[in-house]
Amino acid sequence: MSAHFNLFVIPFCAGITILPLLLLWRYVKWFRQLTGEDHEKIRNKLLSIASLKAFKEVFMECLIHRRIFKVNPLLGYMHMSLAFGWFLLIVVGKFETLYYTHDVANEIYYPVFFRFFEPSPHESMLLKFLNASMDFLLFFIFTGLMLAIAKRFYSRITGLKKITKHSTTDRLSLTTLWLIFPLRLLAESTTASYTGNGSFLTQPFGEFLATIIPAKQFSIVFWWMYSTVLGTFLLTIPFSRYMHIPTEIILIFLRNYGIRTGNHYSGFSEYELQSCSRCGICIDTCQMNGQKISGSAQMVYFLRDLRSNILTPELSENCMMCGKCNDICPVAIDLTQQRLIQRKNHSNNFPYNFSYLGDFNPEEPERTSPDIIYFAGCMSHLSPSIIHSMIKIFKAANLNYLFLDEKDSICCGRPLKLSGQFEAAKALMESNKNLIISSGAKTLVTSCPICYKTFKEDYDLGIRILHHSEFLAEIINKRKSAIKTEGLKIVYHDPCELGRGSGIYEQPRILLEKFSKLVPINQEKEKALCCGGSLGNLSIRVDEREKIQKATADVLNSPEADCIATSCPMCKKSIAQYSGKPVKDIAELVAANLETGKIIIKIKKQEDKVPEMIEF
Amino acid sequence: MKDWGYKIIAARQIDLDSNDLSMADYISRHEISFKWCIGCGSCSATCTAAQFTDFNPRKVNLLIQRGETDGLKNEISKCMMCGKCQIICPKGVNTRNIIHHIKRALSNVGSF
Repeated sequence: MSAHFNLFVIPFCAGITILPLLLLWRYVKWFRQLTGEDHEKIRNKLLSIASLKAFKEVFMECLIHRRIFKVNPLLGYMHMSLAFGWFLLIVVGKFETLYYTHDVANEIYYPVFFRFFEPSPHESMLLKFLNASMDFLLFFIFTGLMLAIAKRFYSRITGLKKITKHSTTDRLSLTTLWLIFPLRLLAESTTASYTGNGSFLTQPFGEFLATIIPAKQFSIVFWWMYSTVLGTFLLTIPFSRYMHIPTEIILIFLRNYGIRTGNHYSGFSEYELQSCSRCGICIDTCQMNGQKISGSAQMVYFLRDLRSNILTPELSENCMMCGKCNDICPVAIDLTQQRLIQRKNHSNNFPYNFSYLGDFNPEEPERTSPDIIYFAGCMSHLSPSIIHSMIKIFKAANLNYLFLDEKDSICCGRPLKLSGQFEAAKALMESNKNLIISSGAKTLVTSCPICYKTFKEDYDLGIRILHHSEFLAEIINKRKSAIKTEGLKIVYHDPCELGRGSGIYEQPRILLEKFSKLVPINQEKEKALCCGGSLGNLSIRVDEREKIQKATADVLNSPEADCIATSCPMCKKSIAQYSGKPVKDIAELVAANLETGKIIIKIKKQEDKVPEMIEF
Repeated sequence: MKDWGYKIIAARQIDLDSNDLSMADYISRHEISFKWCIGCGSCSATCTAAQFTDFNPRKVNLLIQRGETDGLKNEISKCMMCGKCQIICPKGVNTRNIIHHIKRALSNVGSF
């Protein structure tokens, strides 16, 4: 066995020994930073179906790169050929060596430099097949490598308009990665030229090389270079973007055990952060990039700066928090949550004092125990037609409701949270929570997706929380006689906080289809654009906002539609400025159609009784 | 003292040379729209916190520009950051970012 040794294996061996130690040191550190609750989840689910699901996901995402295939097939192929091809090269290589040593635990470098140590040509069919497989896999990787190089010069071939600007460390690491396979080919080919142990790729290439260079003498040089480059790449992994290769595997397992990024930076956040491969897919999807507002605030740069500890508050505050990148990220990192946590680190110590709310009690209306609380939200107060419509509907349905923020409204707290002031937001939430719970109502209806998201996620109210689109979809029914009447043709705009933020895509559409015809557009549902009005971005200038508002209005301005509908007061305001068509909130459309009698309300009209359709 | 039905307000002048303008400088460095304010008061009219208190974004802006920042922390702590002032502003001033930076300046005293 000791016959298999040559000095050139040392650089590789150094890399393969030091890398696991570095990784282990980090992973153990982060694992200990997971919360007790997270550890509990791992203990409970380690020996369950969750682990199998994680295995499958690791195969599909880390090797096949299914999510990147969805973005662009050629880009997916590029990643797959490099990852899956290399993986198979290692596995088949190891299998090949078993024939010679009959020992699984052979030297770690032996399969890597196999053709150097076993120069004799192969005789058995199996070995010939394995040998050809190895050449084929190398060729497979080469096709991906060619694409990767071409992508650097002309990214559009892989469907990307803009690619990541890499740091020096990443460039070094990338160069070593790109050199690994050509050097392996050169080393194997030059060896094959005088030993004859190559296959369909390495053998002819080696013989060709032998005609122009003294291949036999050069071969050892190439083996040295191959080993050195491989060792260097392995050593740069923990300090470069390639840290994602081992880390994503752990991330997928943790995620399958139910661990998520919460409101605090934990060990899991660290795993997530280091799983970013800086593929740059988030750059093209970002409207801030599309409208040339900022080319450096995208999540890929945010996470990179965070990883190098040079993140500025300005960079983390320059984001609409629309969640488009969250949706497309091939590693499925909870990007907006990562950013929110950093905003919290920058701004949580800001002064606040809401003691003036301490003795606040809204004027008690005559009906003391409402069934439903209506919370319009600050933004709806700036679009009063939504409020008027909702009141009209409540009255038509004869519901026992209380308009909680009719006169003196307290903000829901999400705008403070979005700016990083979690503690201050909590204080506002407490005030609102007391008001809501003391009213005794069992259902809360809000007109603002920003409020809706925070009521659902942060309040822990223990009552039913509905956005008005859900509420209306439930109580409104089509009148039979109106079925044949031609409705309006409507384009629906998904608000970020309601769609990607809360997963409500269907209810507004179900509701609209009761009295109108929906016109499909290219960018809707998960792919919907941000209206540009977002409270998520603190620093964006008004003219930059206008660029986004205008571009989004253009997309929504389908020539087939009569009207643009949305379900967020902020979106309505943003789009209305630039669309040539009327922009209506779905509540306004419902109220208008109630008057014309096209639709009816589907609940029992019994005064002060709980309507049947609304489940408590 | 005889009540004449009116009173004389003590003479008062704003001395921009001696007032501390560091807060105004800090904010205009970080949020350019700070200087676009025309003092129309739309923000104060729509302010959510102003329903409960005498908080007044327009006044805060004016006092900072004059360098009269005593009691600023008390005032700014009342803001709920709801963003209505920003939507309503006819000049497109980033009021939320101004308040955010006032808070940042106040919580890192000495470093701005």
